Amino acid sequence: MKSVQPIQNYQLPDASGHFGRYGGIFVAETLMHALDELNQTYQRFIKDPDFLQRFDWDLQHYVGRPSPLYFAKRLTQHCGGARIFLKREDLNHTGAHKINNTVGQALLAQYLKKPRIIAETGAGQHGVASATVAARLGLECVVYMGSEDIRRQSSNVYRMKLLGAEVVPVESGSRTLKDALNEALRDWVTNVDNTFYIIGTVAGPHPYPVMVRDFQAVIGRETKQQIMEQTGALPDAIVACVGGGSNAMGIFYPFLEDEGVQLHGVEAAGEGLDSGRHAAPLCAGKVGVLHGQRTYLMEDENGQIVETHSISAGLDYPGVGPEHAWLKDQGRAQYCAITDQEALDAFHLLTRLEGIIPALESSHAVAYAKYLAQSMTAEQSIVVNLSGRGDKDIHTVAALEGIEV
Amino acid sequence: MSRIDNTFAQLREQNKSALITFVTAGDPGLDVTVPLMHALVEAGADILELGIPFSDPMADGPVIQQASERALSAGVGTADVMELVRTFREHNKTTPIVLMGYLNPIEIIGYEQFAAAAGDAGADGIIVVDLPPEEGVDLNPELRKYGIDRVFLLAPTSTPQRVSLICEQAHGFIYYVALRGVTGASNLDLAEVESRIEDIKIQSNLPVGVGFGIDGPAAAAVVARFADAVIVGSALVRIIADNQGDARTLIDKAAAFVSELSRAVKQAREGTV
Repeated sequence: MKSVQPIQNYQLPDASGHFGRYGGIFVAETLMHALDELNQTYQRFIKDPDFLQRFDWDLQHYVGRPSPLYFAKRLTQHCGGARIFLKREDLNHTGAHKINNTVGQALLAQYLKKPRIIAETGAGQHGVASATVAARLGLECVVYMGSEDIRRQSSNVYRMKLLGAEVVPVESGSRTLKDALNEALRDWVTNVDNTFYIIGTVAGPHPYPVMVRDFQAVIGRETKQQIMEQTGALPDAIVACVGGGSNAMGIFYPFLEDEGVQLHGVEAAGEGLDSGRHAAPLCAGKVGVLHGQRTYLMEDENGQIVETHSISAGLDYPGVGPEHAWLKDQGRAQYCAITDQEALDAFHLLTRLEGIIPALESSHAVAYAKYLAQSMTAEQSIVVNLSGRGDKDIHTVAALEGIEV
Repeated sequence: MSRIDNTFAQLREQNKSALITFVTAGDPGLDVTVPLMHALVEAGADILELGIPFSDPMADGPVIQQASERALSAGVGTADVMELVRTFREHNKTTPIVLMGYLNPIEIIGYEQFAAAAGDAGADGIIVVDLPPEEGVDLNPELRKYGIDRVFLLAPTSTPQRVSLICEQAHGFIYYVALRGVTGASNLDLAEVESRIEDIKIQSNLPVGVGFGIDGPAAAAVVARFADAVIVGSALVRIIADNQGDARTLIDKAAAFVSELSRAVKQAREGTV
């Protein structure tokens, strides 16, 4: 493992949205003006006290923040080693960290006077979070979702419909998150005048990666304060799953300059990195350009994006946020991958030991934390970002075990 | 003088607009494309636009997405596209070929290697849909070195500042995207398009072509009155899709459609000064 590289006075991305060689804006000309407008609006409001106050108010009273930092005593005893704390994003309204970001972007949509919002979704958590804020603000909402994911996540599809959103099945390509993103971009190109596109992760063209990170950074800020209160020290390591990477960036960001804190991003190894059936671009991909950004991708020798696989729909994405690509190259964060089976085992383990059913996405982080804790001492501490709850996944898990629910 | 410049110069002398036709390379199979290209030229296409298939064509509508999917399932890679261009050039030294694609398949080859391969094969220009001028500074000099024109898209949403930025970097011609939408959409407002073309012409001496949403001879004739080129893609690719089982019929029907388009485009300015 590479040693942790300290970072001082961190100020990325630069004005054009680059994290070193990563990020940027790679979209068709039709969208350039909309992204410029969004960036200017974002830069203005992120420094505006009234906006920030409204955002904080929404996070507190609508999302239910701060989310607890919970010492997982029995999990810690079971692993034997470092103390494991869980940042309980699963307790947020709608059951995942995604709502932090949609609340922020929906406020921007209101300031930009866009009556219609669109979103892409994989596991459905971001779709639900978008439909939720749209219902609250009375905005029209269209969610693009791969037909394969619709099958895997039927309860979230029904939640979105209950909330008044239109869920559009995407039949192109691999019928998963990447194709939903393509389709949402096509919608945005067509309806750019009246539509705000709420991207759900720290990926896509600038300013999305920085904007989503900043809206999710509340996770890391709370964690810092809570762990100091509970242990009197910063954690030795933070572990978070990485699909696009928004929950990980949200908890990593406030710790980037704290060089004693190891940052671990956990990708989906699917059936194993050697099998080719995985979704781990940082661990086993190459640098390329997709969805408006330069980053690590899963691609073939012709630069075609390859189909990914993960048991968790939310990690089933062939790219990753550009800031993670940069952190990987810098050695500031380490990235590893956990297989479907390891994630499933962790899903059951946490459920039985702590009475917390984690999302399959978050189960990847729990699985890695188990290994990590065993390599550390009882005086050390790990924070796992428990990014979502697992209710949405019980059908997937049951089906794998041959049980009809 | 490049093939693209030559073509536009000749047509300008005749007071005629150019017809540019788009097909995806290797759709529905590699063996169809070169005979199809020759047939399109014979039917009246002045410039050929050749799509490089990509797995995630975000700016394309369903018709061209599916063309990409067909080509990719036929195993078409970027090297095959270059080979098609080279084969076409064996029997046609004059008709310009403009490649159209997305950045990732270019980036994986390397900018210089890609430019060299395209120039060597006999391509004349390239449109990289998802590479705005701000991000393209490394690719442009490589393309210049091998005589490949970088053709840029301008859109209804392009601000005056963006129009000048793009006019500074553009070579060959400028491709005006006639509508807010993906290729093949149908919300075309021709009066708005005409006034935007006039604005662009103030900033650039390059020919301006109009594409996205031109579905047949009627729309082509209207656009040909004021634009230097009429670009037709999805409507032609739809014929390929409908006849993919039979190469001969596919080529005949595509050529018949392009003949109609060509007639409409070439006669559009007759009787005008």
